[in-house]
Amino acid sequence: MRIATGGLIDREKPIRFTFDGKPVTGFAGDTVASALLANDILLMGRSFKYHRPRGPVTAGSDEPNALVTVGEGAEARPNTRATCQEIYDGLTVTSQNRWPSLRFDAMAVNDLLSPFLAAGFYYKTFMWPRAFWEKLYEPIIRRAAGLGALSGQPDPDRSEKAFAHCDLLVIGAGPAGLAAALTAAEAGADVILATEDTRPGGRLLSETVTLGDQTGREWADRMAARLAAMGNVRVMARTTVTGVYDSGTYGALERVAEHVMPGEAPPTCFWRLVARQAILATGALERPIAFPMNDRPGILSAAATRTYLNRYAVSPGARVAVFGNNDDAHRTATDLAAAGVTVAALIDTREDATSDGAWPFYPGAEVIETQGRLRLEGLTIRKPGGTLRIGADALAVAGGWNPALHLTCHMNGRPVWQEDIAAFVPTANAIPGLTPCGAALGTFSTAGCLEDGRRAAEAALDALGHSPKPIDLPDAEDTPYSPPATWAVTAPGRAWLDLQNDVTTKDVHLAARENFRSVEHMKRYTTQGMATDQGKGSNVTALAILADATGRTIPETGTTTFRPPYVPVPISSMGAGHAGKGFAPERFTTSHEASTARAAPMIEAGLWYRPSYFPVHGEKTWRESCDREVRMVRECVGVSDVSTLGKIDIQGPGAAEFLDLVYTGTFSTLKEGRIRYGLMLREDGHVMDDGTTARLGPQHYLMTTTTAAAGPVMAHLEFVAQGLRPDLDVKLTSVTDHWAQFAVAGPRARDLLNSLLEEEVTDDAVPFMSCWLATVSGVPVRLYRISFSGERGYEIAVPARYGAALWRLLVAQAESLGGGAYGIEALNVLRIEKGFITHAEIHGRTTAYDIGMQAMMSKTKDFIGKAAAARPGLTESTRERLVGLRPRDPANMPLPGGFLFTKGETPSRANAQGYVTSACWSPTLETHLALGFLASGPERMGETLRFTDHLRNRDFEVTVTDPVAFDQDGGRMRG
Amino acid sequence: MRYSGFKVFLEGLRGQSGWKPVWRDPEPKPVYDVVIIGGGGHGLSTAYYLAKNHGLTNVAVLEKGYLGGGNVGRNTTIVRANYFLPGNSEFYSHSMKLWEGLAADLNYNVMHSQRGLINLFHSDGQRDAFARRGNAMINQGDDAVLLDREGVRSYLPYLDFDNPRFPVYGGLLHPRGGTARHDAVAWGYARGADRRGVDLLQQCEVTGIDIEGGQVTGVQTTRGPIKAKKVAMIAAGRSGQVAAMAGMRLPIESHVLQAFVTEGLKPVIDHVISFGMGHFYISQSDKGGLVFGGDLDFYASYAQRGNLPMAEHVMEAGMALMPMIGQARVLRSWGGIMDMSPDGSPIIDRTATKGLYLNCGWCYGGFKAVPASGFATAHLIATDRPHETAARFRLDRFATGRGLMDEEGTGAQHNLH
Amino acid sequence: MRLTCPHCGERDLREFAYKGDALALSRPEANAELQAWHEYLHIRDNPAGPTRELWYHTPCGSWMVAERDTATHAVHRTMTPAEATK
Repeated sequence: MRIATGGLIDREKPIRFTFDGKPVTGFAGDTVASALLANDILLMGRSFKYHRPRGPVTAGSDEPNALVTVGEGAEARPNTRATCQEIYDGLTVTSQNRWPSLRFDAMAVNDLLSPFLAAGFYYKTFMWPRAFWEKLYEPIIRRAAGLGALSGQPDPDRSEKAFAHCDLLVIGAGPAGLAAALTAAEAGADVILATEDTRPGGRLLSETVTLGDQTGREWADRMAARLAAMGNVRVMARTTVTGVYDSGTYGALERVAEHVMPGEAPPTCFWRLVARQAILATGALERPIAFPMNDRPGILSAAATRTYLNRYAVSPGARVAVFGNNDDAHRTATDLAAAGVTVAALIDTREDATSDGAWPFYPGAEVIETQGRLRLEGLTIRKPGGTLRIGADALAVAGGWNPALHLTCHMNGRPVWQEDIAAFVPTANAIPGLTPCGAALGTFSTAGCLEDGRRAAEAALDALGHSPKPIDLPDAEDTPYSPPATWAVTAPGRAWLDLQNDVTTKDVHLAARENFRSVEHMKRYTTQGMATDQGKGSNVTALAILADATGRTIPETGTTTFRPPYVPVPISSMGAGHAGKGFAPERFTTSHEASTARAAPMIEAGLWYRPSYFPVHGEKTWRESCDREVRMVRECVGVSDVSTLGKIDIQGPGAAEFLDLVYTGTFSTLKEGRIRYGLMLREDGHVMDDGTTARLGPQHYLMTTTTAAAGPVMAHLEFVAQGLRPDLDVKLTSVTDHWAQFAVAGPRARDLLNSLLEEEVTDDAVPFMSCWLATVSGVPVRLYRISFSGERGYEIAVPARYGAALWRLLVAQAESLGGGAYGIEALNVLRIEKGFITHAEIHGRTTAYDIGMQAMMSKTKDFIGKAAAARPGLTESTRERLVGLRPRDPANMPLPGGFLFTKGETPSRANAQGYVTSACWSPTLETHLALGFLASGPERMGETLRFTDHLRNRDFEVTVTDPVAFDQDGGRMRG
Repeated sequence: MRYSGFKVFLEGLRGQSGWKPVWRDPEPKPVYDVVIIGGGGHGLSTAYYLAKNHGLTNVAVLEKGYLGGGNVGRNTTIVRANYFLPGNSEFYSHSMKLWEGLAADLNYNVMHSQRGLINLFHSDGQRDAFARRGNAMINQGDDAVLLDREGVRSYLPYLDFDNPRFPVYGGLLHPRGGTARHDAVAWGYARGADRRGVDLLQQCEVTGIDIEGGQVTGVQTTRGPIKAKKVAMIAAGRSGQVAAMAGMRLPIESHVLQAFVTEGLKPVIDHVISFGMGHFYISQSDKGGLVFGGDLDFYASYAQRGNLPMAEHVMEAGMALMPMIGQARVLRSWGGIMDMSPDGSPIIDRTATKGLYLNCGWCYGGFKAVPASGFATAHLIATDRPHETAARFRLDRFATGRGLMDEEGTGAQHNLH
Repeated sequence: MRLTCPHCGERDLREFAYKGDALALSRPEANAELQAWHEYLHIRDNPAGPTRELWYHTPCGSWMVAERDTATHAVHRTMTPAEATK
């Protein structure tokens, strides 16, 4: 119910939203939970396992119960904490994990079966008959499990990611965080103050404390305003620091626009905050007490009760009982009474406690039972002298505090037990550069937090080399806090620990009985702490119960740990900007537009796009186009964009010696103006890449790599240059993007060039495997006479800015000669006909020997990979080695990925003799052709083999041939 | 105590009071026939098969922490037999057969769920590579189906088929691939070994390996010395440190692999799916969490935690492949330490020291390998001969270059597999 | 994680590629025994603690040696390969 006055809500601004279709009105400043509570709606969810009715127990991100789906359509957000979601006009909120309705949930039958569904029951059954697990049991379990549902629609990917850097990151903006931020900011440090809340203040917004002559919230507002006005401070509200990573890197989720109707703004921004120092001022989380039937809607934490009361002007009930083991229970009763709410009872476990309030007070008492179904109706307490039933529609529970030390566990720091506050505190130096303070460190008074914040900031400033300036901190309460450890009430009945996963104290006892004594075993066996709140409220209590059940102390039993993220982070936040084309950069060649203008299908080649083929009128299939393009190259002339091949410019006095080391062959003897084919091995003796390298000058080479290997080869060469041969004076520059390069291939290639170049190309001037400088329309070009097609071939390179123009020119000239452009399908056929390899053959497991290039391995010099390639296993003739394959029936295509078997053998692993790597229809030879690897291949020329492709149902005979199927002596390309 | 639905029902009636400890906590004996260093999945399954297949029950498993606390308890639970190189093929095929009878064999429901695994491909080259893989799987006697784009769509209609950076060309479906409940595997093997008399010694860290005259004689532990004529080092993630106690240096580098799970969600992903153009694979657990992972963080680590670049990459790849998971929230991330070998494949072999055996180098393959690894290692320990399914997992293959199993084709750089 | 490129200064992990143990700088002589090559290529000390390793700063093309702790991920020092082998 709403309290008539007070709170940080704006009563002038009513907000209308719906919950399960029903209209609800709250005020600006409300969360879904506070607005529903204001409307006396306590039932907000169902538990995971038993589908028990649940209401909120917290007012923050540690909420295990009040999970709802927010919004509609593609951006609907399941499992949203009603306790954090701010309301806005038009918001739709839907309850989840219930059928048909929240009030009547058929799956609640699980609760009746709960005696049979104890921790780990599923490991002990559903095993017979075997097929039933997958066919029956698992589908039922899967349907019953889960919480909310995804919309099933593609996320529009509107969130963003960003980096920010600072001297000091202050995590949390309660009294400790504000004091720390102020101290550091006044000293001149660049400060980021991040708070999960909508505004700075922390518990000051929820409590009735005073700081000096101001209320807590007045002081917080003034500090926030003061910080916001400073140029060296960035206050980030609605920003949860989610994870701690190495070297002062913090992940943070900013909810930029989840509190307004979806519109222009990104819903979230995932920040990578890089901080030289950080301060953990995340406060503490109040913990529950495990008493029988402690899960009913209306039972919530005392701290949350005060938050609802003081911040949202909402009471969870009209008659509220308070149960606790420390003074917070009394504080809660006081605040309730001050707000005009009836305090049904104050129950304090401490026998010596006193209270002067005008409410029934029961010291030395405990709650042993509760009543009600969809909301609390009453409770039974055990007090000195007997039991008593108390009518109440809400119960606030103050079990003490657990420091919110989660982030200190993210680098494997294990919290340590501090007996006087019966809680874990951060272990010292758990995170390099992160200083915990305030309640996160186990300091619970307001004055203590302020002072602690200042102290932590001074330590951080010291590390940063800044001198602190004196700042004034106000007087505040300094109440000592040393509660007894109260974990569970001994009484019959189920007492919940992990509310969402329905883990009770009985489950922990069962785990102990079955000897799951390690806290990790207990957690995994019972699922304690595995719910969406990651056990923020319950893990410590569960550990204490396990300690008790196994007769050990808490430190003996273990410790608690947490993994990132602190609060769940949407995949759309950490993965922002990468849906669709955003996943990877797109690289376009200079001919891209001209190719697409001709309706060439562009296909991905790494990050590049390359034309598959260039259809002409009347062609219905890619094969028709491809066959035409192949014939065009073989009979006339074709042009193809080969700019995607890697190009590395290598210069310096050491260039020649350097190339001799990285290639199997010798390049120091290569004459200027000449080109040589190079084979590059990895140091482990397998082929890394191949390509041609031209010597442009005495100390100047240009290497080409395959498209795929351009990056790795560059890194490899840099490694050799910087790491292995720093004595060689050689400079490497990737010039892949600088040059547009086009292959001109075919019997009329020279004619085409001579129609464009200002100089005349002759075979004397430009013999096979040479390079030449020439001019086209006044633009200097490089001409390389190389061939990947087996025809007379040239590659012409221009600075990339002329690429588009040159391409148009080349295609036009080619067409005028009866040729034209060809794509990578034809390129592939041309090279298979010639037995030229690509990464289909040099796939990382093949050696120079395997591809028949052992002769290219120099015997007279060292080169990368030479020693390892000589290992006995890499030189055995029985290895699978490169061969050509030709089907007995030319119409049969030996598909890549199919296997080779000796004729007549069963196609099994043990019988496999090899496999096919590349295949095509050869319009030149009018047969299908393939390349593949075959055990002892070169020794089996002419043998008939069985080709089998189980996947595509092919089974026919092929003949082993030389890899080079066309123009074996190479006369055509040499001209 | 035998588990059954009836027993669960009975215990439900009597308040779960009759369950017995799932394993004992015995005191270490001074002498065992076999000592296994490492109480993870592989160590426990080795102990189980030593007892079950070879009648060797005077066996101790020494675990420095708690049973199943290593990678068997921190993986993405995927079980598959889709390798293509000889050695891996027969081994993982054998493992799959063992998985298929595991719940009944262990009398423990390991929730093995053969929901089907689909490896997506995004280019002709990738199709060819997956075709080779699929054919190799069928050659081995396992199952594989090559799906075209529409075939993939019929299974996974929620992938981005409309505007992807890298279009789906098709996928290799492995119908028998799936998942299992990781912790249950460790516990099931532990319980099975314990029931057959194996001593499971937790909080028992090995501090030294005793060798006399080329023969292993026992180990030093934090719970005292233990004698044994046969000692098996089965401590993936810490293999190097354990082997160093025997004076060995290994071809292993340790790397961290992160994994992630989202909040529970109603069933939405019914298969195990892996992306071909980014590091991303995903399935949905029976509890409803989307369980997914990617590649190594790529730097050597023992920290069991990773950093943001790979975490972000994995989620970016998820957004690219199946943007409908955008509103799922990542609940928890963790890291496991991988024994990365130079060819990406494992080692199960004798060592130069008599009676000392080595099981390591599981890279990412560890979880699905648990049954066959224990089976083969137990065979090796009991008979001193390699089991036929693991005969190629030799330690000397790197020195000789013979029988390398480099499925990724990335060569002798440990972190690239 | 952040590493300091000897040329560019401190940068985020995502700009770097890892190669492995810095022993890769100590390439055996061409005529060394196969065992030496085997150890160079495959065998690793793989310490759970301080180690020296090779990293590549992709944007600028620099290789460097980092002294880093594999247990804590602390980066103690980075240097050029030339400095490392001095």
